Amino acid sequence: MQDPIKAGLAAGWKHIDASLLARDLSVEADVVIVGSGAGGGVTADILSDAGLHVVLVEEGPLRSSSDFRMREADAYPELYQESASRKTADKAINILQGRCVGGSTTVNWTSSFRTPPEVFDYWQRQFGLRQLSVESMSSWFAVMEHKLRVRAWDTPPNANNKVLAAGAEKLGIPIGAIKRNVKGCWNLGYCGMGCPTNAKQSMLLTTIPAALQRGASLITRLRAERLRFAGSRVTALDGVALQADGLHPSGRRVLLRARHFVIAGGAIGSPALLLRSGVPDPQRLLGKRTFLHPVLISSALMPERVDAYAGAPQSIYTDHFLHQAPIDGPLGFKLETPPLHPVLYATTLQGFGETHVKLMREFTNVNVLLALLRDGFHPESRGGQVRLGSDGLPVLDYPLGDVIWEAARRALLAMAEIQFAAGARWVTPVHETAPGYSSWAEARTGIAELPLKPLLCRVVSAHVMGGCGMADTPQRGVVDHRGRHFWLGNLSVHDGSVFPTSLGANPQLSIYGLVARNASLLAAELSGRPLPAIL
Amino acid sequence: MIAARRQFLKTGLAGSLLLGCAGWLNAAGARPLSDAEREMLGALTNALLDGALPTDLAARRRLIAVTIDGIAVEIAGLSLASQKEIGELFGLLVLAPGRRFLAGVSKPWREAAAGDVLEFLQAWRSSRLSLLQSAYAALHDLTFGAWYARPDTWEAIGYPGPPRGYF
Repeated sequence: MQDPIKAGLAAGWKHIDASLLARDLSVEADVVIVGSGAGGGVTADILSDAGLHVVLVEEGPLRSSSDFRMREADAYPELYQESASRKTADKAINILQGRCVGGSTTVNWTSSFRTPPEVFDYWQRQFGLRQLSVESMSSWFAVMEHKLRVRAWDTPPNANNKVLAAGAEKLGIPIGAIKRNVKGCWNLGYCGMGCPTNAKQSMLLTTIPAALQRGASLITRLRAERLRFAGSRVTALDGVALQADGLHPSGRRVLLRARHFVIAGGAIGSPALLLRSGVPDPQRLLGKRTFLHPVLISSALMPERVDAYAGAPQSIYTDHFLHQAPIDGPLGFKLETPPLHPVLYATTLQGFGETHVKLMREFTNVNVLLALLRDGFHPESRGGQVRLGSDGLPVLDYPLGDVIWEAARRALLAMAEIQFAAGARWVTPVHETAPGYSSWAEARTGIAELPLKPLLCRVVSAHVMGGCGMADTPQRGVVDHRGRHFWLGNLSVHDGSVFPTSLGANPQLSIYGLVARNASLLAAELSGRPLPAIL
Repeated sequence: MIAARRQFLKTGLAGSLLLGCAGWLNAAGARPLSDAEREMLGALTNALLDGALPTDLAARRRLIAVTIDGIAVEIAGLSLASQKEIGELFGLLVLAPGRRFLAGVSKPWREAAAGDVLEFLQAWRSSRLSLLQSAYAALHDLTFGAWYARPDTWEAIGYPGPPRGYF
């Protein structure tokens, strides 16, 4: 198997591993981009294509297909924030987020959805974002779908996804097939540990190589510490080099100067950098309205083998439960499935000792469904808040209130009913006191009475959004519809942190599309070239 | 167990004082696990992994030691803030007052009865104090993470491991 990243490096791509720096460094570019995930990758591609010299700053390491050995013990510490155990301040929500070149796109499960129409409508109504609509964005989605090979996945779903399909069909619940950004996928099922066959068209394999090929520079193991600004302009970024462990500062520093700065550190990292920098924030909006699509989990034992570790992790979904009430009514949820690997499953599953072992022995027969709650629309669903810990690093408070738990109970019921309809012989919500149920009737009674509280009921998240929300005015947004900061003229935010609500869909394609638009606008402005034809 | 739970609530204040003390002791940050911590983790993993661990005593002891090594590796991959918190938790549990009043385990960890350890884990798991609940969750995740990260544990659950021979 060829490793195109190692080949590119051998051919002279500019990459600096800041953990190896022997002395401080000073760098100049047209544009400095902080973060190399969905937002940073697309921005680097489009700006470098316009002839601009860009420097990409990434806190994580550069790893590529020959490093991806499909082992959780390697993948989580190497490729994820906090070894895949990043948590909210009260530890009640575990957050999966990438931290490597390509960001979460290197480790996501390839699910690709355009921003739902009702979300654009809501943003227009509530945040005055009249420039963003299904019509105005469709070309940008099409461009990115083409570039990243987002298309229907023709291989039959794996057995884990088939449970969702079969159960939903029995109950008359419409399902859909998930589009995936893959090219020549081997259907192995290890997307979450970095694609070993270079099939996933992540930023690591597409936009970042394109930018590096045009002379862009990539600096890894560099933490963006603080933006310096004078008047209404950012003048420089202070970077702190990390040791090879990715945790401790090495003592070396990198100073980056540029005409323009693009922040794309994800919805926890970006607001944290702006908070640390003390950028103007008169309305105190920074870091607020952080959304997670809080996820509830239902685990079932099926009569036949499921082998949920094998095959494309997510290929079937249903949005049926997103459409039972108005978007700002009781929270709706999207149903999907996760891949199951031993560490991820064993740590998520409740209990210990003999009860835990008994379930683990049936690992190959386990089906798991996920319910992603659509937070941020109901007036009482205001999400969480990113603040800074005593070490200056981000801490996310996300209170789990009544509107979340009301939806959680509906979600646990819906998943159990689908699993029993598909033939499950036993179902349990992932919850510390749920005893597990052997029939839908039993589950219906049991789940109705379950105490739903933080740390008792497992809640996880793989989608962090908001914190630098966009709007039409600085009274209700941190950036405008182009991702431009309202107060600092040469500062943009290009990632999921600009979403003023959650999406009700896996966010990668929403980020790709919006950032393709905004990076194109920025490229035209900075390079003096005409605007792209589709604007 | 109910009595033990009541005790935790009463020791809330003492607990936070102890936490402060333990935090001070571990302010230096990440470090290798001490013998006392290994003994404490030995007692806990012995209970958490009961059923997965072999019954043969020598083999069981060896695998517990390997699991504790794995826990140390996992901790080293957490954020420095989380490492400090784990250090505080461990520091607290290895001090006799912490073990006795917060965990409700009277004997030193190495001699603790399996039933007492079990009761302690259950009590923290269902505690009304979120600090203790999250401490249980951390011990749960570290232990099962370290256990199932190892390929030699996969056969028992029927997991064949990642595909081989393709590359």
